[in-house]
Amino acid sequence: MSERRRRVALLVLLGVVLAGAPAPSRAQTSDRTTSDAASPVDPFAGLTSPHFEAIAAAVGRLGAEGAPQAQAVLRALSAHHLFVAEDGGLYVREGESWTDARTGAPVASAPAGARMVRENNRVRGALAQAMAGQALLGGDAAARRDAAVRLADHPDPAMLPVVERALATPHEAGLDVPLQRARAAMLLSPGAPTTGEQAQSAAVRVLRDAGGLDARAVLARFAADEAAPAEARKAARRAIVTIDRRIRLWNLGQQVFYGLSLGSVLLLAAMGLAITFGVMGIINMAHGELVMLGAYTTYLTQKTLTAVAPGLAAFSLPLAVPVAFLVCGAAGMLIERGLIRFLYGRPLETLLATWGLSLVLQQAVRSLFGPTNVAVATPGWLAGSFQLGGLTITLDRFAIMLFAGAVMGAVLLVLRRTALGLQMRAVTQNRRMAALMGIRTARVDALTFGLGSGVAGLAGVAVSQIDNVSPNLGQGYIIDSFLVVVFGGVGNLWGTLAAAMTLGVGGKALEPLVGAVSGKILLLLLVILFIQRHPRGMFPLRGRGVES
Amino acid sequence: MTDPTMRITRRDFARFSLAASAAMLGGSRTLRAAPPSGEPIRIGVLHSLSGTMAISETTLKDVILMLVELQNRKGGVLGRPLEAVVVDPASNWPLFAEKARQLLAVDKVSATFGCWTSVSRKAVLPVFEELDGILFYPVQYEGQECSRNVFYMGAAPNQQAIPAVDYLLSEDGGGAKRFALVGTDYVYPRTTNQILQSYLKQKGISDADVMVNYTPFGQSDWQTIVSQIKTFGSAGRKTAVISTINGDANVPFYKELAAQGISATDIPVMAFSVGEEELAGMDTKPLVGQLAAWNYFQSIDTPANQAFIQEWRAFTKNPRRTTNDPMEAHYIGFNLWVQAVTKAGTTDHDKVIETMVGLKQPNLTGSVAEVLPNHHITKPVYIGEIQEDGQFNVVWQTPRAVPGQAWSPFVPETRNLIGDWRAPIRCGNYDTVKKACLGTRHV
Repeated sequence: MSERRRRVALLVLLGVVLAGAPAPSRAQTSDRTTSDAASPVDPFAGLTSPHFEAIAAAVGRLGAEGAPQAQAVLRALSAHHLFVAEDGGLYVREGESWTDARTGAPVASAPAGARMVRENNRVRGALAQAMAGQALLGGDAAARRDAAVRLADHPDPAMLPVVERALATPHEAGLDVPLQRARAAMLLSPGAPTTGEQAQSAAVRVLRDAGGLDARAVLARFAADEAAPAEARKAARRAIVTIDRRIRLWNLGQQVFYGLSLGSVLLLAAMGLAITFGVMGIINMAHGELVMLGAYTTYLTQKTLTAVAPGLAAFSLPLAVPVAFLVCGAAGMLIERGLIRFLYGRPLETLLATWGLSLVLQQAVRSLFGPTNVAVATPGWLAGSFQLGGLTITLDRFAIMLFAGAVMGAVLLVLRRTALGLQMRAVTQNRRMAALMGIRTARVDALTFGLGSGVAGLAGVAVSQIDNVSPNLGQGYIIDSFLVVVFGGVGNLWGTLAAAMTLGVGGKALEPLVGAVSGKILLLLLVILFIQRHPRGMFPLRGRGVES
Repeated sequence: MTDPTMRITRRDFARFSLAASAAMLGGSRTLRAAPPSGEPIRIGVLHSLSGTMAISETTLKDVILMLVELQNRKGGVLGRPLEAVVVDPASNWPLFAEKARQLLAVDKVSATFGCWTSVSRKAVLPVFEELDGILFYPVQYEGQECSRNVFYMGAAPNQQAIPAVDYLLSEDGGGAKRFALVGTDYVYPRTTNQILQSYLKQKGISDADVMVNYTPFGQSDWQTIVSQIKTFGSAGRKTAVISTINGDANVPFYKELAAQGISATDIPVMAFSVGEEELAGMDTKPLVGQLAAWNYFQSIDTPANQAFIQEWRAFTKNPRRTTNDPMEAHYIGFNLWVQAVTKAGTTDHDKVIETMVGLKQPNLTGSVAEVLPNHHITKPVYIGEIQEDGQFNVVWQTPRAVPGQAWSPFVPETRNLIGDWRAPIRCGNYDTVKKACLGTRHV
C-alpha cells in the first residue's frame, strides 16, 4: 500500500513540475486546455474511443503528464484488463472482480456492455513509452535502467521533462549514461523544444560516443532535417561516419559469431553421422529423421512436464537431453538390429533401405502428431539476447554453441577413454582381428550405431529451439550433415568440427555479399572443387588400418 | 477413447452441429432431403499429403472431405451423391501434372479442388486447359494469370498485397517510409515483389528505401538477414518488413526476430503467408503485434464463421483445431460449384464454366463473394495483428469486398490487360487499348 501511495505522490509531484515546465510543442497536447482550467478535463477520455489513434494519444498524455490512477490504468491496459462500459465508464477487471478505473473504487457487479479496450502496435508503442516514463520515476534500480534505455532507443520529446526530472533528482551512477543519451536523443528528435545550436551539437557528441544503431537512426533523421542548424547537421553527419566505422568493425565480429553458431548447429547434426557413417561406414539416410525424433522427444518431455509439474517446466530442456539421447539411441539400436545388420557390406542396399526407413518414420510421425508444426516453447532463460560491446549475442544460439562443444567433448571422451570406444575403433579398423581378440562385434556395432543415433537425438533437442518441429525437420539437415562429414574427412571427429565451422563461417561470410541463395550455391561449388583435389576431405585418416 | 459414453456424446455433438450448420447453409431448403441416389458425381482433390507442402495442404483435403459429407447429408447435387477422389502429388510439381491428368482422364472428375504453391498451379494449368477441366485454386497468389479453366478463390495482389502496403503507409500502420521485402526464392514472392516495388515507387518511396532479399526454401538460419534488416532500419525513418516467406521458413525467421529483440512496435513484419495454422506451431508471445493480411481470420465473429469452426472441429474430432484463409476459399469455391451445377442442371464442364460467372455465395465473414468475368471473386481484405493466443486481432479492413484483378495495373506490360470469359470477348488477356486478345488461352 505504502508503495502505491509513494508512486501516486511522485505522480502528483510530476504533474506539478510539468505545470511549471514550458508547454511541450506536441500537436496532441497543444489543443488541450491546461489542467488547472475551470472545467475538469477527463485524462482518460481518449481510452473510451474505438479509434486506435485516440487511445494512443490518451496513453501518451497519461505517460507524460500523469493522473491519479494513471499507473494502474496503464498496467491494466497492457494486461488486457481494461474495459469500457456502454455508459463510457472505464473499468478494470481482475479475475471476477471489477473496479472503477478512474477512481480505483470497487464496483459491485459487472458493468453493462463492457468491451475490452483494444490495442494495436501504435497503442502498444505509446504504452511501452508511458510505462517507461512511470518506471523511471517510481521503479526500482533495474526497472529505472531499463526504462532509461527504452526512452533512449525510442526518443519522444514529449517525455523530455520526465528525463530532465530524473536527471535532476539524485540517482545511481549507472543511470546517468542512459539518461544523458535519452535526453540527447530527444533533443535531436522532431518536435523537440528549440535549444540552440550549442546544445544540439553537445547532444550529437553524446550520441556519437554512445554509438549503436538506435543512436545512428536519431542522428540520420536529424542530419536530414532541413530546418536544423547547418553546423549541428554537419556534426551529425560526421558522427554518423564515426559510428558507421565502429559498427563495421563490430559487424565483422558479429559475422564470425553467426558463422560459429551456424557451424555449431551443423556440427551437432553431423556428429552422429560422423560416428555411424564416419566410423562404421553406414550410409544412413534416416539420420535426419533421428534428429527429428529427438525434437519430438523434446516436445513430449516439455508437454509432460508442463502437465505434471508446471513449476519445473522451465527445466524441461535439460531433462530432454538425456531422454532424447536414450530414446533415439534405443531407436538406433533397433534400426541396426532389425535392418542394417543384414546389409553390412552392401552400401547401395543400405542407402535404399535407410531412405525407405526415413519415409516410414516421417509418415509415422505425421500420422501420430499431424502434419503441422508442434510448438516447443523457449524457456525464459534462453529467450532474448545480451550485448557484448557492439555484438548482439542471442542466448539460444549461444547455448547451442556451448552444448555442441559439450557433446563433442563427451563423444571424444567415449571414443578415446572408454573400453567401448576402444572396441569401436578396433572393430572399425579390423573387424576380423577384433573378433579374434574376443570382442563381440555384433554388440559393438549395435552400441556404436546407438551412440550415433543418440547424438542425433541430442541435435534434435538443440534444433527444436531454432527451427520448425515438423515431420520434415530431418530433410533439412541430412544433406548438410553428409557434406560436413565428407568435407571434414570420414572417420575423424576433429575433421567434422573443422568442416562444420568452415562451412558455417564461410556460408555466413558469403551471405551478405552475394545473397543467401547464391551463397549456398557458391559454397557447394567450393566444396566440390575441394573434394576434387582432396577426395578424402580436410583431415583424412592415415595409417595401415585404413583400407584404401 | 474407448469409453462408449464418451463416443456417444461426441457423435451427438457432431450430429447437432451438423444439423445446425445444415440449417445455416441450406437456408430455407428442407433440412434432410431424400438420400442421394444414382451414379455419384466425382470431384478431385489434388493436394500434397506428403512432402514439404503436406503441412499446409493436408488440411485443405480434409476441408473438401467435410464439405462433401455435408453436401451428401443435404441430398447431394442433382439428387446424386458426391464422391471425392483424393490423390497425393507429394509436393512434387511434375507429379501434380500427372495426377491432374489421371483425375481428368481416368477418374473423369467434374471439378478439381487443389494446388497450393503457384509452381504447382503452373504445372497443372496446361493439363486442365488441354482436357478442359475445372480447377478451384484456394490460395492467395501473385496474379498475372487468367485461365478459362481455373477459378481463383484466393486473393489476387490487389486483394492482399496492395491494401497491406497501404496500411503500412498509413498513420495507424506506423507510417512506414522504408520497406524490406523478404521472401522465399520462387515465383510467388518474385512476382509479388515486382508489383510492390513499382507500387511503392508510385507512392514516392525511392529505390534506396527498398531492400529486397530472397532465401532458399526451408531457410533455417536467419541471423544475417535479421541483422541486415536491423541495420536497414537504422536510417532514421520508420521501417517495415513485407514477408512473402513460405510456410516452413517462417518459424525460424520469427524466432530470430524475437531473439534479436526486434518487436512489432519497432519494425513491424507484414506477412502474406502466415496464418492461424502456421502460428499453431509457434510460441506467439514474442510475436504480438506482427501483422498478416488475409481475406479471412478465424477470430472474425459472425454466425456463419462460428458454425463453420464448429463443424470443422467436430469433423476433425479436435476441439482446438484452427481454421484459416485457404479453408474459407475452398468453402466458397465448393459452394459456388454446387450452385453452378444445380443451376446448369448438369456437370458438363463447358456449361458449368459458363454458369459460374455472376454467381454469388455468402462468405464466412459477413459479405458476399461474387464470381467475376475474369474468374476471380470479390473478397474483403483484413489486416490482423498476432495476439498472445495465436489468433489475429483485426485492426483494419476494407469497407466493402474488393473485386480481384487478374492483371496488375502496376506492371507496365500488363497495365492494359483484363480477363473476361463472357461473350463476346471470351479472352483471358484482352488488351483494352489495342482491343485485341493476346491469345486464345491464358497467356
